[in-house]
Amino acid sequence: MSVITYRDALNQALREEMQHDDRVFLMGEEVAEYNGAYKVSRGLLDQFGPMRVVDTPIAELGFAGIGVGAAMVGLRPVIEFMTWNFALLALDQVVNAAAKMLYMSNGQFPMPMVFRGPNGAALQLSAQHSQAWESWLAHIPGLKVVTPATPYDAKGLLKSAIRDPNPVVFLEGEMLYNTKGEVPDGEEILIPLGKAERKREGEHCSIIAHGKTVLVAIQVADALAKEGIKIDVIDLRTVRPMDVDAIAESVKKTNRAVVVEEGWELCGVGAQVVDYIQRECFDFLDAPVLRVHQADVPMPYAKNLERAAKPDAQKVTSAVRKVLYLE
Amino acid sequence: MAKKPTKPTSSKSDSELNHSFLRSMLLQRRFEERSAEAYALGKIGGFCHLYIGQEAISTGALSVLRPDDYVVTAYRDHGLALARGMTSRSVMAELFGRRDGCAGGKGGSMHLFDAKLNFLGGHGIVGGHIPLATGVAFAIKYRGGDQVCLCFFGEAAVNIGAFHEALNMAALWKVPAVFIIENNRYGMGTAVARAMANEDVSARAAAYNIPGESVDGQDVFAVRDAVSRAVERARGEKTPTLLEMRTYRFMGHSMSDAVSGTYRTKAELEEEMRRDPIIVLHNRMTEAGEIDDAAYAKLDEEVKAEVQDAWDFADASPEPELEELYSNVLVG
Amino acid sequence: MATKVVMEALSPTMEEGRLVKWTKNEGDAVKSGEVLAEVETDKAVMELVARGDGVLRKRLINEGDTAPVGQLIAIVAAADENIDALAGGGGAAPTAEAPAAEAPKAEAPKAEAPKAEAPKAEAPKAEAAKPEAVQADAAKAGPPKQEAPAEPAADRPRDARTSVPADPAHSQGEASTPPQELDRRGPDRFATASTGAALGAGGGEPGGRVRSSPLARRLASDRGVELGSVQGSGPGGRIVKRDIEQAASRPRAAQTGERAPAAAAPAAPAPRRISTEGDYQDIPLTQIRKTIARRLAESIGPVPTFYLTMELDVERVAEMREAMIVLGAEYKVSFNDIVLKAVATALVQHPEVNAHWLGDKMRYFNRVHVGMAVAVEDGLITPVIFDADRKGLADISREARELAKRARDRKLKPEEYTGATFSVSNLGMFGIEHFTAIINPPEAAILAVGGVEDRVVAVDGEAVIRKRMKVTMSCDHRVIDGATGAKFLQTLRRLIENPLMLVY
Repeated sequence: MSVITYRDALNQALREEMQHDDRVFLMGEEVAEYNGAYKVSRGLLDQFGPMRVVDTPIAELGFAGIGVGAAMVGLRPVIEFMTWNFALLALDQVVNAAAKMLYMSNGQFPMPMVFRGPNGAALQLSAQHSQAWESWLAHIPGLKVVTPATPYDAKGLLKSAIRDPNPVVFLEGEMLYNTKGEVPDGEEILIPLGKAERKREGEHCSIIAHGKTVLVAIQVADALAKEGIKIDVIDLRTVRPMDVDAIAESVKKTNRAVVVEEGWELCGVGAQVVDYIQRECFDFLDAPVLRVHQADVPMPYAKNLERAAKPDAQKVTSAVRKVLYLE
Repeated sequence: MAKKPTKPTSSKSDSELNHSFLRSMLLQRRFEERSAEAYALGKIGGFCHLYIGQEAISTGALSVLRPDDYVVTAYRDHGLALARGMTSRSVMAELFGRRDGCAGGKGGSMHLFDAKLNFLGGHGIVGGHIPLATGVAFAIKYRGGDQVCLCFFGEAAVNIGAFHEALNMAALWKVPAVFIIENNRYGMGTAVARAMANEDVSARAAAYNIPGESVDGQDVFAVRDAVSRAVERARGEKTPTLLEMRTYRFMGHSMSDAVSGTYRTKAELEEEMRRDPIIVLHNRMTEAGEIDDAAYAKLDEEVKAEVQDAWDFADASPEPELEELYSNVLVG
Repeated sequence: MATKVVMEALSPTMEEGRLVKWTKNEGDAVKSGEVLAEVETDKAVMELVARGDGVLRKRLINEGDTAPVGQLIAIVAAADENIDALAGGGGAAPTAEAPAAEAPKAEAPKAEAPKAEAPKAEAPKAEAAKPEAVQADAAKAGPPKQEAPAEPAADRPRDARTSVPADPAHSQGEASTPPQELDRRGPDRFATASTGAALGAGGGEPGGRVRSSPLARRLASDRGVELGSVQGSGPGGRIVKRDIEQAASRPRAAQTGERAPAAAAPAAPAPRRISTEGDYQDIPLTQIRKTIARRLAESIGPVPTFYLTMELDVERVAEMREAMIVLGAEYKVSFNDIVLKAVATALVQHPEVNAHWLGDKMRYFNRVHVGMAVAVEDGLITPVIFDADRKGLADISREARELAKRARDRKLKPEEYTGATFSVSNLGMFGIEHFTAIINPPEAAILAVGGVEDRVVAVDGEAVIRKRMKVTMSCDHRVIDGATGAKFLQTLRRLIENPLMLVY
């Protein structure tokens, strides 16, 4: 067991899968000679050469489409976006090409590919660089959307994503790259997509989160445990398909839920979670389900405004107290 | 079904090749004429973009391909699908939205696919499929193969970013792709002159440092010759080429578009129809004594019978099972 | 137009009503909203109001008769209108349907029809992808032109019905509701007190709806607890899980004589139910509240008081006191200090007891100020420990000692003996076993605390000697109902029998 960073866990996953299957290649801006804008691809060019670790011009739409074309004829591309904010330019390829090819061709053209890169706000990067895209992408049938929270999950989920025969949108937390966690050495870690994981066990309230906000949920759960409030933290891990069973099981036990996400409120991932809860757990609810999310504004630059805009432990704690009728 | 001319022998107009080209073009023409009729009867819905007038391009270009080469195109795809060897039955059934269609009735007119023939689709977003062709060609190179990928799109697509990005990377990485602009002079209803600062679309090749060429798209042999050269270059030197096929669409942009009157005149249309690619080839064959009226009429009847068969087949094919609604969204 | 008067569901659970008194005679002119009769429901005597203008033409049942909800009991009509047909028929003539069915037409079909046409007709002249997408959608949507209107038209009236705040058993009732009533639906439907009262004000809120969480409803049904009998502790009086659990445990504990929920301490920490905003909230009087207030006051005097007595086990309090004395003199506290602290803590969870009766309304306090009756030479005075819930045991003990001393020395300032939200009187030191105390208006309750005595009680079937203490709460019934007071005492018992909970 080693303690490694999220970044290195992703690096290990890429390296292992490229060794495992020579149809796998990595393409994107600065992935090769520069070793990756966030150093996720460090050392891969040396090991696998320029045909499998491909630097592109700044042309997200173009190289995303190149990945789609390569996948159509049997390769397994991993397309890196330097950030998902830039991937907006490529959404036509993700949404209109990758997600629909299998369906439009009635099964003739699977899309075994991964679109990956950092997602969500970092620190003071302001409006155009601080956005969480999962609700947009999770809206699209034909995609899988994965949001790892820990180094272990990052490795196990990326390896599974690369092996998945479907187009997988893999959203890495920009603020998570330096976080550390235990990852077993020399062991094949393949975490099934579409399965949530309970990160903390408790009976008083469920917090349902994904990606970076899982860490917030854990922080809140640990703090409240000292007051005797025990939180069930459900990490969705995969936003699409969503593990409805895990959500329902938890909420039926706790009778209350707080749903946390980095993105905006309207039509957010949390809105879907709440919908599932009201459908699956209606007779088990003892309080309205509350959501914590980014303020409904573009991300501001100033430190204090940015802090006020983001979901954080204090906001989540307050929501938990409300659904427990303690506030 | 039609016999497919797939052997890229010489470009000399030997009689056999002429006949197969004539037959292919007639099949595409009759097929689409009946498609228009079926559309009017409500048997085909949604969008239906007809290829009538442009058949020399599909026929000439695909005649130089090997079975293991790849074709990807936009939504005006019936002619290319038939020219690639997809059966009239499977295409018509797809247009009818039936179970026996090439995509089980899920794709429709704009999304014809056939994995066995390496026909990688009909794509509905202007220019969106051009990067796919670069990707296919990248994969060929990645695996060390010697296939090529032909990519077809209208002239209006050269104005969109995807075109530029795809061609730049194809040229930069030297992948075996051939990009074929079917310049029918109107992007929907907008004439080239109203959309492009430089109307010479093949000149765009210079931007990517690759060969570019403009070709008479109504002459099936001119098309075949130009594509042959480009394919050879792609297979051998792994250099992409940008070809402009000058053509004209005799029908509206789609079934809901008037054939003439709004953005083009009837006179212009009539003038262009004199260079109908079928007439051009037919005349040449008549002059060469390769075909007489009786033989032409017989060929036409054969083709019409094939299309009628396709119609009957499509009409009899059941609608997709409702469970199919949820199939093939994801693998597994 | 004639209006049928039916027996209305005047409480959420009412199935039939007894007509106590007609307040209008046949031939009297009546206006919509005027009281026609008093009806005794399963919970209270309620007023049945007219739903239309005219003359009370016919009374179909007599005073003292009982009629099921929905039964026709009278007819209001114009003086010269022929009402024979009505008087003969049942209660549910669909007078309301015509206007309701008219309203909705179109909408849905209107949106679809033109689009469905588009693909075949002339196309929009625009760039390829976008307008086509619209068309494609429309084409897919298909043209159910014919059937479409039928459905919403049929649906609407049903919507209108369900939006009337009454329970399903009441559905026959709206047949007599004039059309304009049906139109008054939507979010403000609970806003008019008269509508709410008339259609069933028996429950937790002015509209007559009992607010409860879905879980609470399921638990109540599972455990045979009647929701209407439970006081909700959630926001706006919402009945939540813990309320049902408390309600469900009540009779069982009483039957078996189990040691009350000492072990069954709440899973979650004791909830603070008092609002943190403002010092109090005023609660408008519901119909049932008004009726209770009026009738009970008539019955027993200006403050209709009832008494609840409970015997508490104070073994642990005694142990705690001794343990604290061992720690040192400065930790010494009296039984009464502990009672004061426990009362304050319990009040936080029961704002409906921490209340004043103000004639036209009740005031629930968001702060807890406990009055402490102190005997002085020529009488009695009640100094106040303000914000007692926020003070620790040591502070309460010290303050109580000081206040008592200053009371006896007649040195209290007026602001020190006014403003209590609840009072405690303790005569234990005089050897009184239990007694009832007189409420000090406008306070709604006072707790009388008796002395601690060794008593023989049965524990697990064995007679053992335990230290016990009796408390009796006097409750102003205009504010506090039996169950409400009992629940407060349950909480108090839980705290006193588990005094460590007070340390938090």
